[in-house]
Amino acid sequence: MAKSAMLRAFGRVWLKPLTFWALVTPALWLGWQWSGLLTGGVHALGFNPIETTHRFLGDTALRILLISLAITPFRDLTRWLPIMKIRRRVGLAAFWYAVLHLAAYLGLDLYLAANMSIAGMFAGLWNDVVERIYITLGMIGFLIFIPLSLTSFNSMVRRLGAKVWQRLHYSVYPLGVIAVFHYGFMVKGNQLGPWIHGGVLLALLAWRGWSIWKSSPRPAASMQSGS
Amino acid sequence: MITRKPFNWQLPDHEITPKNRFMNRREIMRAGGALGVLGLAGCGVGESAAAHTELPDVAGMGYRETSYTVDDPSTPLEAVTGYNNFYEFGTSKSDPARYAHAMSTDPWFIEVEGHAAQTGRYALADMIDYSALEERVYRLRCVEAWSMVIPWVGVPLADVLRQFEPTEDARYVQFISNSNPAEMRGVRSRVLDWPYKEGLRMDEAMNELAFLAVGLYGETLPNQNGAPIRLVVPWKYGYKSAKSIVKIKFVSEEPVTSWKQSAPREYGFYSNVNPNRSHPRWSQASERVIGGGVFARRETDMFNGYSEQVAHMYDGMDLIENH
Repeated sequence: MAKSAMLRAFGRVWLKPLTFWALVTPALWLGWQWSGLLTGGVHALGFNPIETTHRFLGDTALRILLISLAITPFRDLTRWLPIMKIRRRVGLAAFWYAVLHLAAYLGLDLYLAANMSIAGMFAGLWNDVVERIYITLGMIGFLIFIPLSLTSFNSMVRRLGAKVWQRLHYSVYPLGVIAVFHYGFMVKGNQLGPWIHGGVLLALLAWRGWSIWKSSPRPAASMQSGS
Repeated sequence: MITRKPFNWQLPDHEITPKNRFMNRREIMRAGGALGVLGLAGCGVGESAAAHTELPDVAGMGYRETSYTVDDPSTPLEAVTGYNNFYEFGTSKSDPARYAHAMSTDPWFIEVEGHAAQTGRYALADMIDYSALEERVYRLRCVEAWSMVIPWVGVPLADVLRQFEPTEDARYVQFISNSNPAEMRGVRSRVLDWPYKEGLRMDEAMNELAFLAVGLYGETLPNQNGAPIRLVVPWKYGYKSAKSIVKIKFVSEEPVTSWKQSAPREYGFYSNVNPNRSHPRWSQASERVIGGGVFARRETDMFNGYSEQVAHMYDGMDLIENH
């Protein structure tokens, strides 16, 4: 009993702040490395800091997105309900890393390549969207992400109604698929990274599909309640 | 003019052993030692060319400077040896520096096959004239839209290929890289169809700029840069410059090249640096300058700035079609 009391206290007091700091740590680390780089000090960004930044932000956004998708299955498996309190902040963190990822691409690639012209930057963006499949997918994914983050507040859940809100937020799954393909088309050759992330996503999707199928009313089944 | 009587301990100039001959002597003695061990073990069959299988040290051999230089400063050595695409050791840029030391490069043999009068298996030291090394500073343009400036040490590719007396049927030459899963951890996963293959049209291979490097920055080539011998084709994207070459094949048809095989829509056989042909992954109009400051960029030049030497080879060719 003592153990579960501790677990309850952890869920009530510590879970949300610890999650918050865990989620901002990658951004703080990146900022720290950049301050080292720009002041001529030590940093871990390597010989192509801009490329390192893109990869780091993209990886972080995708991994946090996958973690957010794992939270409901985690609840179902462990029956530990407090975990649901962090689902929104995890999902929002994925969105903010996607924003940083996009901002770095716009500012450090396109803006510089266009000799610091904003118009040139957007022209470059349009070019990339039209010509490069991984950019096309990245932008589509980002556009899907915007309404999800805008409707993440309680007031929006109330305004939309739980059913509509739920349906809208199912688009996080196609978003995950698009994000993995964005990654897969970006890398050269047949690399392991996209397959690993794709495998994790597939497992999460399979779990979701199975639990929906299990809980949907079927004619033959009587009152078996799935969660 | 100042003249002075030599000290009595000074050798007359004609008796001084040239540095490279002196270094060579040490090589021969070391090779002799190896032979001795073989003899003691009681196996008479060793490599018959044992005296030439050890690789000379480039720093000891010396090299001459050439007029092949680039106006921009050379990329710092740490970046040249710390930021590499050499997927045989892993796909991260820092993997080659971390893992390439596991590859043994001495002794090194190269198989020469196909349409040539002289074919067979050659020890590297027999194939390359280490007394004729020269330095060439070339810009290296990676297809990923970044570039470096690297002082290579080596010999013109044409001089090496001519030794094999290629026949008229030799219209292309293919280069095959080392692929040893025991020492090259990257080839254990199928990122590409190993071994790595590259190729050039014969006139490209005989062009004055095509180069075989055995060193950089005056030193023996580090493993992560393609030791002990690699191609340097400065007017083409970096992946055309095959590393750690173990086979040279003279062929009559356009040979298989690894990246074209992997993604034909993206990578062509020619792969000439061309700012006008937008690659499906990267715009090629400009490039990041590695080691040139965080935000350093430059406009990409046609043929990477080597039009004068190479453009004539592609007269009348559509370089977008034949990318």
